[in-house]
This record gives sequence, C-alpha cells and structure tokens, in this order.
Amino acid sequence: MNSHNILRDKSLALKVAKYINERCSRDKYTIMHVCGTHEYTITHFGIRSLIPKVDLRAGPGCPVCVASPVNIDLAVKLSLMDNVLVTTFGDMFKVRGSKFSLMDSKGMGGRVSIVYSIHDAVELARRNPDLEVVHFAIGFETTAPSTAAMILSNPPENFSIIPTHLLIPPAMLHLLNLGEVRIDGFICPGHVSTIIGVKPYLGIACSKRVPMVIAGFEPLDVLIGVAMLIDMINNGECTVKNEYTRAVRFEGNVKALEFMDKVFKVSDAYWRGIGFIPNSGLELRDEFSMFDARVKFDVNVEADYNMPPGCRCGDVLRGLIMPWECPLFAKVCTPENPVGPCMVSFEGSCSIAYKYGGFTFH
Amino acid sequence: MCLAVPAKILIIHNDKAIADFGGVQREIIITLVKNDVKENDYVLVHAGFAIQKIDEHSFKDIVNTWRTLLEH
Ligand code: SF4
Repeated sequence: MNSHNILRDKSLALKVAKYINERCSRDKYTIMHVCGTHEYTITHFGIRSLIPKVDLRAGPGCPVCVASPVNIDLAVKLSLMDNVLVTTFGDMFKVRGSKFSLMDSKGMGGRVSIVYSIHDAVELARRNPDLEVVHFAIGFETTAPSTAAMILSNPPENFSIIPTHLLIPPAMLHLLNLGEVRIDGFICPGHVSTIIGVKPYLGIACSKRVPMVIAGFEPLDVLIGVAMLIDMINNGECTVKNEYTRAVRFEGNVKALEFMDKVFKVSDAYWRGIGFIPNSGLELRDEFSMFDARVKFDVNVEADYNMPPGCRCGDVLRGLIMPWECPLFAKVCTPENPVGPCMVSFEGSCSIAYKYGGFTFH
Repeated sequence: MCLAVPAKILIIHNDKAIADFGGVQREIIITLVKNDVKENDYVLVHAGFAIQKIDEHSFKDIVNTWRTLLEH
C-alpha cells in the first residue's frame, strides 16, 4: 500500500492549495469538519496556513469530549463497587465527569482496565466469571457496530455496557439549526462514513442547502475535499460528494448497519458542551436490556452537566471559537494539566492545537 | 477515537484474522466485513474490528484525476 506516500505528495498538495486559493472569490469560506482525525491532519500538517481564505472549523468530532458526564460518573461509581471491573478505551480514561475520571477512580482503589477493543472486554468477562465487567461503550458510528457485533455474539451474563454511542449526521443538522456559526460546507468524517455511507447526509445537504464532501485523512485527501467544496459552494451545488472512495461506498457497510439496527434504537442524547440533540444517540433495544449496566445495577448519579469553570469547550465543540481563543488555553490549561475534555482527549481540538500548533505547512 | 488504520489480511479463521499492520501482526475481528474480504485484501481496522475493505485502485484514480487537472 503506497497510498500514504502518494497522499503526502507535497508538490501536489501545494498545487491543490493554489487551485483552492484561485477559486476563493470571497473573503471567507467557512468549512466545518466533525472528526478529531481530520483536525489532527489539518493542524499537524498546517493546512490552514496554506488556504488563508478558508476558515476550517472543527465541530463536535471527538466522542470523548462530548461524552455525557452522567455516564462517566456512573462508570466511576460502578468501578468503585465490589466485584465490578470497568473497561474503557484509553482516550476516555482521563476525562472527568462532574468530579472524577476513571483514572481518579483507579487511584482511589477502583477497578478499571484500558482495553483496545470491546472484544477484549468480553474476553475479560469470560475469564473472570466472578467479576461483573462493564464496558464504557463510547464512539460514533465507526465504533457502534463493534459493540453491536459483541452484543449479538452471545456474551457472558457478567458482561454489560454503558451505552454512550452517538450519531454524527443529527449533530451536523443540529449545528445548522442552531445557526450560531455560519457553515458554507461540511467535510464529512471518513471513518464514520465507511459505516453509514453517503445517504444519511443527503437529506441534510439538500434541505439545509449545504454542500458536503466525505474526505479521507491524509493531507491531500483534506485539500482535495476542500477544493471540491469550494467549487460546490461557488456553483451552489448542495449535494454530497465522496473523496474517500477507497473506503467509503455509497451504501456504507450494510452488514455493520444491520448489526447496529438489530441491537440499538435511536434516541435523543446529551452531548456535553452542546446539549440534547434529537435522534443522536443509541440505546440498547429492550431485548438486550440485560446488557445495559444502567438497568443491571441500581445506581443513581445526579445530572450535573457543567463544564469546568472558565472552560470554553462547549464553544470549541460548536465551532464558535478556535482553541487558542479560550483565555485558559496553554496558560492554565495544558495536556499535563487539562481543564476541559477537549484538552484531555488525544482527539480534542485543544489538545491537538496545543501539541501541533498548525501555523505552518510541512 | 474514530482513528482507523489499514492492515493486510494474512490468514482468515472464522470471524477472526491475522492482519499485518506494516510489519506488526495482530489478531483482528472481521465479523463486520466477513463476506467481502479474502486473504491479501486490505481493510481499515478500528478498535480491533475491520470496518471496511480498502479499494486500492480508487485512491490512485482520485490523485491522478487531480494531477491531470492541475497540470493543465
Ligand atoms: S483550552 Fe482548556 S479550558 Fe479552554 S476550552 Fe480547551 S479544554 Fe477548555
């Protein structure tokens, strides 16, 4: 596979940037993406510096950053109970709920294990029949099918999940409905789209008159995606195009979608920093409620939705400000001493901006 | 979090496969792509699961289209 080298071809990247700049007929085009990996590519390679008239905004593309603090609090409480082991992806480990993170809980004697895959969590449950293993099931459509597949694989009775999966297109629609920030076009998340395909975006692009391009994650993917969008914006073409054809089919991954549909039902969900978004969450269907940790364990957590004082993660996640516009950025708030979730997660915009800056192209 | 990396499928065994991640071999779960993939195919792997098969030719098509477009 030599896509990597071809897609980092610097001279071609500069040519695409020139193409974009020549076609920017107005002062500013605001293009939003909704994926932490896109933010990484854009910032790490300094893509913003190449295309000054394109305002590339990061939206709520970090599932860890928007995860409900109530669910984190629940995970913390469960991990402190006798005979319960909470498993989590590494990215979630350090994110605090209303007070504590799973890492804090571990420090207080709680049982927490970081896993690479939900499959590892199920294996832990199999190997430890005396323990209740609770997996913090987080992630967008990219991750939800693996949760569904494991729930359908007849996991042991001592396995359950805290369902925290969220759906991206409803969040995009919600931001457009809020209208807080002007969005001329969307870069749709490549890996979410490998699962959902092109269709779920089409209705939004047409009804809201916003062009969209599904893009991959190499610098050239993003630049070509932006170039396609600028042409679409200039031509008033409000549809969805696919740049990431090597991995995204029109219909998505049909089998993965079937698994998701069998296991989950769509519900309204709370996004930290944004609020409730209609039809943006996944709950286990009734026939799988025995795998829902909230049903299995009678644990109450109080709803406390606040971001830490002074933290502007909510504004960062809604694309209203760039991380460095937060007064705490890099002064009080750093990856070593993060204030809000966007600085904790590897894919949080604040953490990416702190680590890579992104002010020059390379 | 939605990071997915390409890997080459070496050996398939039921719902699992051994895949090569640029020299490092790991077991992956192929339940979500099972009927689409065979040995030597490339897949995108996210959190231990293959989520989609990679079409090696199509990225070259895109890049070549843009190369041609920009050189004229
Ligand atoms: S820099 Fe820190 S305090 Fe400011 S928005 Fe980002 S995470 Fe919150």
